[in-house]
Amino acid sequence: MNWADIVVGLREFLRDWPLLSIVTFLPAAGALLVLAARATLPGENPGFDRGVRFITLIFTIVTFAASVLAFAVFDPTNPGYQMVENTPWAFGLAYRLGVDGLAMSLILLTTFLTPLCILASWSIEKQVASYMVLFLILETLMIGVFCAQDIVLFYFFFEAGLIPMFILIGVWGGARRVYAAFKFFLYTLLGSILMLVAIIAMIATAGTSNIEALTAFARGPGFDPQMQTWLWLAFFASFAVKLPMWPVHTWLPDAHVEAPTAASVVLAAVLLKMGGYGFLRFSLPMFPDASHLFTPMMFALSVVAIVWASLVAFRQLDMKKLIAYSSVAHMGFVTLGIFSGTMQGVQGAIFQMLSHGIISGALFLCVGVVYDRMHTREIAFYGGLVNRMPVYAAVFLLFTMGNVGLPGTSGFPGEILTMVGAFQVSVWAAAGACLGVIFSAAYALTLYRKVTLGVVENPKLEGIVDMDAREWATFVPLVLATLIMGLAPGLVLNFTDASARAVATAFTGGAP
Amino acid sequence: MMQPMQDLVASLPHVRPELLLAGFALVGVLIGAWGGDRLFGLLSALGVAALAGAGVLAVIDAPVAPVRVLQGAMVIDGLGVFAKVLIGLSAAAALALGADHFARDKDPRFEFPIMLTLAALGMFVMVSAQDLISLYVGVELQSLCAYVLAAWRRDDALSSEAGLKYFVLSAISSGLLLFGASFVYGFTGAIHFDAIASAAAEGGGVGLLFGLVLMLCALGFKMSAAPFHMWTPDVYEGAPTPVTAFFAAAPKVAAVILMARVLYEPFASFEPQWRQVVVALSAISMVWGAVGALLQTNLKRLMAYSSIGNMGFALMGLASGVAEGPVSALIYLAFYLPANIGIFALILAMRRNGAPAETVADLAGLAQTRPWMAALLTMLLFSIAGIPPFAGFLGKFLVFRAAVDAELVWLAVLGGVAAVVAAAYYLRLLSSVWFSAPAARFEPASFTIAATAVAGAALTFPVLVLALGSVQNWAEAAVRMNF
Repeated sequence: MNWADIVVGLREFLRDWPLLSIVTFLPAAGALLVLAARATLPGENPGFDRGVRFITLIFTIVTFAASVLAFAVFDPTNPGYQMVENTPWAFGLAYRLGVDGLAMSLILLTTFLTPLCILASWSIEKQVASYMVLFLILETLMIGVFCAQDIVLFYFFFEAGLIPMFILIGVWGGARRVYAAFKFFLYTLLGSILMLVAIIAMIATAGTSNIEALTAFARGPGFDPQMQTWLWLAFFASFAVKLPMWPVHTWLPDAHVEAPTAASVVLAAVLLKMGGYGFLRFSLPMFPDASHLFTPMMFALSVVAIVWASLVAFRQLDMKKLIAYSSVAHMGFVTLGIFSGTMQGVQGAIFQMLSHGIISGALFLCVGVVYDRMHTREIAFYGGLVNRMPVYAAVFLLFTMGNVGLPGTSGFPGEILTMVGAFQVSVWAAAGACLGVIFSAAYALTLYRKVTLGVVENPKLEGIVDMDAREWATFVPLVLATLIMGLAPGLVLNFTDASARAVATAFTGGAP
Repeated sequence: MMQPMQDLVASLPHVRPELLLAGFALVGVLIGAWGGDRLFGLLSALGVAALAGAGVLAVIDAPVAPVRVLQGAMVIDGLGVFAKVLIGLSAAAALALGADHFARDKDPRFEFPIMLTLAALGMFVMVSAQDLISLYVGVELQSLCAYVLAAWRRDDALSSEAGLKYFVLSAISSGLLLFGASFVYGFTGAIHFDAIASAAAEGGGVGLLFGLVLMLCALGFKMSAAPFHMWTPDVYEGAPTPVTAFFAAAPKVAAVILMARVLYEPFASFEPQWRQVVVALSAISMVWGAVGALLQTNLKRLMAYSSIGNMGFALMGLASGVAEGPVSALIYLAFYLPANIGIFALILAMRRNGAPAETVADLAGLAQTRPWMAALLTMLLFSIAGIPPFAGFLGKFLVFRAAVDAELVWLAVLGGVAAVVAAAYYLRLLSSVWFSAPAARFEPASFTIAATAVAGAALTFPVLVLALGSVQNWAEAAVRMNF
């Protein structure tokens, strides 16, 4: 019996299972279990907290396993939505789930990173049960965003995710956590409420809230070009803030810096991707005329984001802030690739989103490792860590190189593909993006040099110890993922090929 | 036409909810006069039963087609039944909270359940009104009881001030209502809605329009829509908290439903004219409710501005025309009420050293001292703010949708911006609850309060979210019966 037979058998076996609902709501079930335990057991003691951590870890791992199962039965050659579940709700809306290659890969990214985040949150001591419940709810909502195939259901998950993140930043964050939490919530809410009105207008025009049917409507009769412009701008308001694009990125450095490590990871790795996902799922396929109209603007904003954010990152004194600005720059590559509308560009953008999810998440975890020990993120505080923490230095080096886009790491294929895609459309934009690659080497290597290389000058660092077993467990999967994606990018690219082709076709209106 | 006596006899089976409330009030006064304040608990329990029973009875007696009763003064129809259920249940919850509160404050006066029931009776009449007389009588019965309830703490300056302020300002609005009604009567020669409708359809002239605008102003006052909202923060702050909980729920439903009746029944042909007025009321209320609350520190004043803003959203539904407007407004109210009652239950639950929490700062660190209470409050506040996955979001979604379908996109966008501004002050509350260092613990909450808060939160999520389809069917059936 070979692998293909197993997959066929598995598909047959799981055909009637609501697999996506299971993946989506498993973490929520874990949250309910923790709440039930909190209600019945005497909480607020170390034993209870340890139990809660383990329950959460188990539920996130089981969720990952379930998503791997979904991945196994997913058919990458089929360009349509798969594993569709459809239950009517009310007012013509439906609880409709389904995935294509793009959504499936982002779901896997989410479920892959969440257990690592829980591991990284082991050092949380304050209100452990609340923290874990919020994290589990957040995972459900993130997965829901990518599964939802009804546009209102999508919005439902999209915006609900703000609630747990708001509380996570505000309660467990750093010194300016309250400011950062408010800024994050209100900034994002203002963007998305405009999208809500646009969604309503789309439903009124097309007479459906089903994403597949809306895409078909956009291909067939299509939205009126002038209306498209307005709808595009409303969606842009939401996704540009979420992604974030220059100049509406200012919430991100605050939120990233103040959030607890695991929340920073989720913010950078998954929540930002919702912006890119939104452009790929809605803006391009549903408003192709408006997307063409705004392509020059998007290119300009992307290049500015890449160059400007890289320069700003170079000047940062705070490790997390530096990585936050590097996220803005890397998201610039994503928008550049998406709006090139070419097959390479879109594929590169998707790859870049997945790769950035892993690398930036890993970099935040790297900061978390030393922050847990020294309780500061100031770059100047550190230096010469390689002498005390050789393993940490090696891991940090790998992810720094990934951030720079070194061939062999997952950072490379995404950047090169987006630039190839952009080059076909605008040489100037590609040239600007190349400049950004050089700058990214400048800031990332400088950070690495200042933190790890040289001799230990700060006496407080004398006693710092290398990574422990829990941290090994956190980083090994990330290292493997980075190397596999870097060495064998075809695995991912084949998987997302059909979705990317659909987007590129919708954009060019014919040959991809 | 039937003989008056025959008509009365034929009408009685249709007005059983109203008879139940009136019967309880009359018998309750006698029992109270005989037994005094020691029967406060018993009368309150009976009152809760009567109010909830009236709501249930309204559903049981729900007709399949509108039934005119009492010589056409009132109508029993789907719209009225929908409103009576909301009014009956929310008034019952407010009375239960009040009974608990006053018993704890050692201030039991047996008139409380009776005044509250009479106010609810006035609302029942309002939502069934079919001519100008029953409209005015319903509004006045409700208002007179409300003045007394606002001033319930006679020896408390703030409460007396609230009652007096409410009385004086509300009397002016009642005057406007009468003045407007007399214009309508003068220019149509009719008091019955059907007769006014046929007269209005023939034109009616500027006098009729003048009367309509005056009546709308008065109704706007009763539902605390800006710019007729000035009384709301003071009355909410001064009145005892259970009374405020009552004010924030049932009278709003009654006023919105009555306004829907006036707009869509006698003045349906004036839609182009009244729409401008309702749109303006809606826009000003949403914006002012959001902006006005930003600097408030008193919990009840903050909730007052919140209710002003929320009335703006309900009015957005009404402004959107007959196709979707009333349905969205009904569902908006149905989803707004449980969250609102739940929040007031939690405000009542926050007592420290025998005194209830007053300001936002009093909630500091609730998430650490009382995590369950904090979780409920978080759910309820996000529901009122209109953030998914809570029922409040669906309410906002539906009124936005009604507005967009009625080509009032700008109003929907304005509402969206107002919702973001409003979110800022709900977040300020939550910031105090979650992010601040804990203050001293609150006293344990009583069962009534805890049960009310849990029920309110459970309704906002997940019960009403999952039951959206049933609510839709019910609201659409209710509206289809009339308009």
